[in-house]
Amino acid sequence: MKNPLDSLWGTVLSGMALTAILYFLVRSLIGG
Amino acid sequence: MDFVHYGLGRWVHIMAGVMWIGLLYYFNFVNAAAAKAAAADGSGAGIGKHVMPRALLYFRWAAVVTWLAGAALLGAHLPDAFMFRSKACAPIGVGAWLGTIMLFNVWVLIWPNQQKVLGMKPADDAEKNKARRIAFLASRVNTMFSIPLFFFMSASGGIFRTGFF
Repeated sequence: MKNPLDSLWGTVLSGMALTAILYFLVRSLIGG
Repeated sequence: MDFVHYGLGRWVHIMAGVMWIGLLYYFNFVNAAAAKAAAADGSGAGIGKHVMPRALLYFRWAAVVTWLAGAALLGAHLPDAFMFRSKACAPIGVGAWLGTIMLFNVWVLIWPNQQKVLGMKPADDAEKNKARRIAFLASRVNTMFSIPLFFFMSASGGIFRTGFF
């Protein structure tokens, strides 16, 4: 599989996906 | 004292952060493709000689100032943020962790390897190629991390806090 970080837009999309994952993790952590 | 801590502290954190991440985005959105195109037509020497050393100077020291101002802003809450010990500190704790990993990437992975790539440290062609790949990936990781970093910074404080958390 190609490394998404080799592409600029793969990097941006990975950042968006990471944001969503961390958001739901923190929401569940703090019981929001 | 609150003015110095929260007023000036936040101001310095934002200004240094704009310089740090502004240069990071310059490296990733502009320079990487420009350097590749310039190398292909033989006009890239000036970028490596005149642009990159200056850009990296401001980049790496702005990273330090940003982190220190961020740590000063957290103040006594710093352990709570890093350990996710309170609900109020959890969102900015994610930002603090991301920023800290990014600072590590700047000083441990990007800067020493860029010195080899730019000829500021001795390296043969194989070492340069390896250094270029490590610096590139660390820079891309920081670009990726900056996206949730800005989200958690903007979503975790002040009057907008209830918008997300």
